[in-house]
Amino acid sequence: MLKLDIFLSALANGLMTGAVYALIALGLTLVYGVLHIINFAHGAMLTAAMFAVFICHAWLGIDPYLAVFILTPLFFGLGYAIQRLVISPASHGDDSNILLVTLGLSIIIENGLLMGFRSDTRSIDVPYGFSVIEIGNLFLSTPKVIAFVAAFVVAGLLGLLLVRTDTGKAIRAVAKERTGAALSGIDVEHIYAVTFGIGAACLAIAACLLMPTFLVNPRAGNAFVLVAFTIVVLGGMGSIGGALIGGLIIGVVESLSGLYFGESLGQIGIFLIFILVLLFRPTGLFGAKA
Amino acid sequence: MLEVRGLVTGYGGVPILRGLSLDVAEGEVIAVLGANGVGKTTLNRAISGLNHVMSGVIRFEGEAISGLSPPEIVARGLIHVPEGRKIFPNMSVRENLELGSYRRGKGNRTRNLERIFTIFPRLLERTDQFAGTLSGGEQQMLAIGRGLMAEPKLLILDEPSLGLSPLLVEELFALIARIASEGLAVMLVEQNVVQSLELASRAYVLEHGAIAMQGLAADLKRDPELEKTYLGL
Repeated sequence: MLKLDIFLSALANGLMTGAVYALIALGLTLVYGVLHIINFAHGAMLTAAMFAVFICHAWLGIDPYLAVFILTPLFFGLGYAIQRLVISPASHGDDSNILLVTLGLSIIIENGLLMGFRSDTRSIDVPYGFSVIEIGNLFLSTPKVIAFVAAFVVAGLLGLLLVRTDTGKAIRAVAKERTGAALSGIDVEHIYAVTFGIGAACLAIAACLLMPTFLVNPRAGNAFVLVAFTIVVLGGMGSIGGALIGGLIIGVVESLSGLYFGESLGQIGIFLIFILVLLFRPTGLFGAKA
Repeated sequence: MLEVRGLVTGYGGVPILRGLSLDVAEGEVIAVLGANGVGKTTLNRAISGLNHVMSGVIRFEGEAISGLSPPEIVARGLIHVPEGRKIFPNMSVRENLELGSYRRGKGNRTRNLERIFTIFPRLLERTDQFAGTLSGGEQQMLAIGRGLMAEPKLLILDEPSLGLSPLLVEELFALIARIASEGLAVMLVEQNVVQSLELASRAYVLEHGAIAMQGLAADLKRDPELEKTYLGL
């Protein structure tokens, strides 16, 4: 039997990693909920965001936590433009085309990064990279605690945006009733692009929170997005709350199965859950009936 | 106010309406009548910018609006309350109404909300309820209320009586009469001939994508041709 301290620290670590997973899943689930498409470029866009953080730090000397204020609006704009100028015109309004377009985008981004940065793994060196916060017998990595708190703040702000602002309400309206939204004067194409932009902005924030403790190479995003897909299915496709809770659950499961089965088998727990959800509750924890 | 001239429109290159013309004057209530499948909804969709206009022209307040997007047409004050209501089921009654003023009438939102709650007191009882949980009649009221939030100059109502009980239809038509009495132009697109002709001053009868009859509502009511055209007797 492992000691309680180790269990608690694995639990805390899982929650902290899970919060960042949730942030990545948030963008994926929002885009799915509104545009009804799976964005296959999500992972490549996360990798691109991580490289952007790397560039900011290594070449421009901007700290990741400062870069978040530059990269978030930048990625929002990029996401907006990609939806408006690439995905929407290339798909001709057909959902299955959108899948292929996002898949194509992911290949282009990934190979573009390979061309520019080679397949080397890179990391950034920040002074607080290894600092810890001590709570009782628990030692928590400071960047991870920051990531945990920030992920919740972002999820909360996103929730407020969706509930309080006209744009947020328009996003929810378009998600369920495109014709009714257009006839209420909502520019549906604009709302699609805003939603895609928000998804990209979430990735930029996640990248800034990840980079102080993680490495980046041109395929780094894929591992996260595979987990994010599981979270989206677990939480319920299109559910914001589901993504948040699902992210935390998956983070804890990964951490605890790593503890009991060994580090390299940590992800087994995640995919076991994925299969169980598909078998017994295909709509997810908070998902609406299809 | 609204002028449709030689309108040809349809789906996927196949015309449904073949050269249709009609007018709505300021403050006027007109009815567009016709059985299922004659092109009533297609006409509305073309006017509000959802359908591509293949030929002909649609003018609103003297300016051509064919080719504009639905939001641009909403911005001009031409509001289309669609068939099947198309409310936002996942949002509260209040949010549905608020979104009615997304593009137009935003400054008067609070005042207009109150006004709509006095016209439709049933919506006031349900402000925080999800719109998807409302009854059919309440959903129709909500759809009309959402349209009114945009401070329309012309309101197109597409089959508001569809799927409602006769008693509710009566109530709804009384409410539409009340809205129209305040000077709003209304284009009522209906299958319900008797009640529509009581409400409207003029009417058009649509058949196979073209106008088969038109005239004053009072005259059409007594016209034996109407029964023949409409019921196909």
